[in-house]
Amino acid sequence: MSFAPHKREPGLQDPAVAATPATGRQASPSPLRGIVATRLHTGRLELLPVIISLMSTWVIFELLDPNHRFLTAANLSNMAVQIAGTGIMAIGITLVLLLGEIDLSIGSMSGLAAAILAILDVRHGVPDVLAIGLVVLAGLGVGALQGLIHTAIGAPSFVVTLAGLIGWQGLQLYLLSPQGAINIPDHGIIAALTHDYLPATVSWSLAALLIGCYLAAIVVETSRRRAAGLRYESRRRQTIRLVLLSGIVGVTVLTFNSWRGVPVAVALTIAFTAGFDLILRKTSFGRSIIAIGGNVEAARRAGIPVTRIRVTVFALGSAMAALGGIMAVSREFDANQSTGGSNVLLFAIAAAVIGGVSLFGGRGSTYGALLGIAVIGSITNGMYLLELDTSVQLMITAVVLLVAVIIDSASRNGRLLPAGTKPPSAGLM
Amino acid sequence: MTSPILALTGISKRFGPVQALNAVDLQVCASEVVALVGDNGAGKSTLVKVIAGVGPADSGEIRWLGQRVSIARPHDAAALGIATVYQDLSLCNNLDVVANLFLGHEVIRFGVLDEIGMERRTRELLATLKVALPSPRMPVSALSGGQRQSVAVARAMLGSPKLVMLDEPTAALDVKQTTQVLNLIERLRDQGLGVILISHNLTNVRAVADRVVVLRLGHNAGEFATSRTTEQDIVAAITGASAPAPSRGLASGLSKSTATFSIKERGR
Repeated sequence: MSFAPHKREPGLQDPAVAATPATGRQASPSPLRGIVATRLHTGRLELLPVIISLMSTWVIFELLDPNHRFLTAANLSNMAVQIAGTGIMAIGITLVLLLGEIDLSIGSMSGLAAAILAILDVRHGVPDVLAIGLVVLAGLGVGALQGLIHTAIGAPSFVVTLAGLIGWQGLQLYLLSPQGAINIPDHGIIAALTHDYLPATVSWSLAALLIGCYLAAIVVETSRRRAAGLRYESRRRQTIRLVLLSGIVGVTVLTFNSWRGVPVAVALTIAFTAGFDLILRKTSFGRSIIAIGGNVEAARRAGIPVTRIRVTVFALGSAMAALGGIMAVSREFDANQSTGGSNVLLFAIAAAVIGGVSLFGGRGSTYGALLGIAVIGSITNGMYLLELDTSVQLMITAVVLLVAVIIDSASRNGRLLPAGTKPPSAGLM
Repeated sequence: MTSPILALTGISKRFGPVQALNAVDLQVCASEVVALVGDNGAGKSTLVKVIAGVGPADSGEIRWLGQRVSIARPHDAAALGIATVYQDLSLCNNLDVVANLFLGHEVIRFGVLDEIGMERRTRELLATLKVALPSPRMPVSALSGGQRQSVAVARAMLGSPKLVMLDEPTAALDVKQTTQVLNLIERLRDQGLGVILISHNLTNVRAVADRVVVLRLGHNAGEFATSRTTEQDIVAAITGASAPAPSRGLASGLSKSTATFSIKERGR
């Protein structure tokens, strides 16, 4: 999204741009309004809907709760840790959805990972870090296996991973069979994942580093674009973006630090979100994923190794599910028969879709999935504070999900609003 | 006339009992637009596949810049400098123009995509071809059919080919967009490229082509310099009628009646 040139710099007009038949829009006086208008026209709403739903969820629950407990640092911090595991899984499923595929086995995979982790750690006394590494490797293996079956035989990913959903859950129950649950010690690295907090100095240093990198990226990009004679963002817009990011990061760290500090689980989840976002936008591997999701035939003709990319993505998705399982063990201090069960899979997929990841493939971002899981977590948490039943919570989550899918379907054809130019003819879609 | 960059002699190809191409000759020079026309099943697509390396010929000779070459795979054609723009475009609608142009051949700088370098080359290329787009950072889904076709042609141009084959580039386009694409074809010629244009639309063919090569039932059925030919002559060659063909439906190429006529011919 940062590549879209938004301003026509005087003296930088080139024939390709100057000769354009006007699209019927002038640069809007307000940059923010300009962004909204552009996105409505091109159908690239990106994070706008999910940000609006998150904000309204928060405002509604804060107002509805007579004790105003929702927007307290303690509540937000607990909520963030609660959703971290499913959030990591939502990031993994985002990669698979971007391909235009689905992985229904991630819930069972996380349960299986939890069982393997507890067995290695408790029954065999494997050190925590090694056990975590082995479980992630198991996740990679499971995903690669499912990806290979899907690509080699041409079986739909829906069915292959449906088999995984059933089978890996069976294996999980089998592994846990005599006791049904294995407790892990409440100290050590596994437990620390969701129960430890970063010291204030560390979180502020990380925040400063993040903003510094962003600033450096902006400066380098602008000077390179200027040198290349390309249009670049105005100083004013760059300042707005920088201030916005600094504000969000600052308020987040400040809020967490006012209670116990930034939870390790939250820092990890954000790191995965940012890392995979960079991979998707800045590497040819990520570009290939999005291309395959957009038009697999075009990707194949362009020489992209479609099978290899698909298998890799399924492996990554399952590895992220395994990490989600590790987080669940950490939070509950045990691996039991219901770890990774019930709503975990559905919430991970719903989070991605609420965050604007298209089920049709090729559109969406990991940040969307992160914000999506925040919406789901907020609804769960807010309902709990209001002492409302799970039934209501599920129905409201369903409505939010439906709205997200409607937005996805509407924007799939490229535009939400009629634009000045003629819509592309159906034969070329 | 200069020596041809591509010269096919006696190209034959058989699919089981069907002789799809029977000793077909075709020559294309630099700075020349050659239109390949013919009824459905005349062998146009088969011939394009032979040149593109997708479906090699059974027999016949291919000379490239005077040298005898064999084109067994698409890679061979690309290595020689032959680019093909297929009818179904092969673009990713969800990616922007720059990403589509460099798809599968991204420019990497320090391990990451060199977006600025790719955008600069995209702009240079679009400017050379005088393709007008609102922004090279627009997703292809937001472009018109003509603009998409132009992007597909521009992508073919990235490898600096000497010969470009366009398969029905104006099908499904409205009049204005068709004009855009025809202008683009003329610019390819002006830059010294050889162009093979496959089209059903004789009006478009006559507008841009220097020569028209007619195929009929896998044979060469006539070759015309566009400037000295009427549409009736071309239609007659396509249908195999020696007398002027019925005047009905001529403007839009082939009407139902001429198609039936050619089927009758085949049965005779």
